[in-house]
Amino acid sequence: MSELISGIVKCWNGYGMSYIIGARNTLIVSFIGTVVGCIIGFGVGIVQTIPKSKSDPLWKRALLFLVNLILKVYVEVFRGTPMIVQSVFIYFGAKMLFNIQMNIWFAALFIVSINTGAYMAETVRGGILSIDPGQTEGAKAIGMTHFQTMMSVILPQAFRNIIPQIGNNFIINIKDTSVLSVISFADLFFTHKSVVGALYLYFPSACIVMAIYLTMTVLASFLLRLLENKLDGDDSYDLATTDTLAYTSGLLSYHPKESRHRKTARGGN
Amino acid sequence: MSENIIDVCHLGKSFGTHEVLSDIDFSVRSGDVTTIIGSSGSGKSTLLRCINLLETPSSGNILFHGRDISESGFSVTSYRAKVGMVFQNFNLFSNMTVLQNCVVGQVKVLKKSKAEAEETAKFYLEKVGMLPYVNARPKQLSGGQKQRVAIARALAMEPEVLLFDEPTSALDPQMVGEVLAVMRQLANEGLTMIVVTHEMAFARDVSSHVVFMKDGVICEEGTPEDIFVNPKKDETKDFLARFIN
Repeated sequence: MSELISGIVKCWNGYGMSYIIGARNTLIVSFIGTVVGCIIGFGVGIVQTIPKSKSDPLWKRALLFLVNLILKVYVEVFRGTPMIVQSVFIYFGAKMLFNIQMNIWFAALFIVSINTGAYMAETVRGGILSIDPGQTEGAKAIGMTHFQTMMSVILPQAFRNIIPQIGNNFIINIKDTSVLSVISFADLFFTHKSVVGALYLYFPSACIVMAIYLTMTVLASFLLRLLENKLDGDDSYDLATTDTLAYTSGLLSYHPKESRHRKTARGGN
Repeated sequence: MSENIIDVCHLGKSFGTHEVLSDIDFSVRSGDVTTIIGSSGSGKSTLLRCINLLETPSSGNILFHGRDISESGFSVTSYRAKVGMVFQNFNLFSNMTVLQNCVVGQVKVLKKSKAEAEETAKFYLEKVGMLPYVNARPKQLSGGQKQRVAIARALAMEPEVLLFDEPTSALDPQMVGEVLAVMRQLANEGLTMIVVTHEMAFARDVSSHVVFMKDGVICEEGTPEDIFVNPKKDETKDFLARFIN
């Protein structure tokens, strides 16, 4: 036991800053990757839910078919292969096929974003489908286009519904970005491998890395829960039932003057 | 012909092989209050949804100021902005306040400024008695209040025609009155309305034209007096007898 503690101390004293920088890099890539992935997911989700009608012109139907096909392939390919393989495939593929030497940060962000996007696309689609179709009809009935309906009405509601899933993805990303060490991205796991290479202290270093990963994920889920509660706002379901027109028989006409003294009612401030 | 706002000509609608509407013909002139009555499943709501193009008609035409709304190049969105719709289930945007519900269409579709849109929205919210609730969320309102906000939202677009799809059917009897009071007032002010309803007293007292539908066809139509006092067809008599008892 004392051997373990002295090992941990040794690792930390020698490479404490490296662990912190590794953890920082992990967080940055996971966070930006999740945000960009969400944007990709929302984009794909909007396109996939464009209503198709037989009366649309041929070019529109053909274009939609083609775009949807590409998106489907994208989702299937990136959801259906391991991120560690994608990292190698993209990073070294770019160099060999197109002679592009990717910046390591760009490569890391690109891989995580595009991977998250593939998962988020399905999540967003599910979120959109979960919204009452009446909301879409309400928006269509006042003349809004599909895009306006999505931006103003559907996506804000879908977003609230899929926050738990976004959080899930963020936590998965914090852990899974460890595979980026395969292309030598200096994340937390890469730091661990380097420290181990120098000190041969496998288990003590693993203890440190475990603790840091766990701290990051627990903290992330706590912050996400806070965000959720904030978005839900005041949880009051007070029905505003006392106004002049309620409980009339239907034969009385409406007298605007009577509503004045009700202005203190809920929601009137 | 030119004074007709909407002409429905030989309209038909099928879902798969099931024919819901066939050979529907009627016209709406400016200032008309047309009520469509009939038992559930007779195609009333589908007819209304076809007029707003929420359903695509299978056959026939709908003319708006004499122009076929299905012809290519006809802007469906600007047409819908001129033909408002009030739904049975309100369909208020639940992510917005009462005021935002009435503003969003004006800003996004009619491209009005926010200040102007809010002024218009408040004017119509006052009309339906919901001005004190501008900051409330739909979930905080009772059914009748939601429906009045939905009416204000439709009115804020200043449409030429307002379609009501069973506006009181999802409300309990206490709340039916407040919504009908608003609709009566609008009718008296000369708003052109097409109302699908089960409220026979409203159809009899307020409308200028009554359409009775049965099994997807117009069975009988005429003035409220023609339908309610001197119905000619047995089907109409049977239908009304059930409501009077």
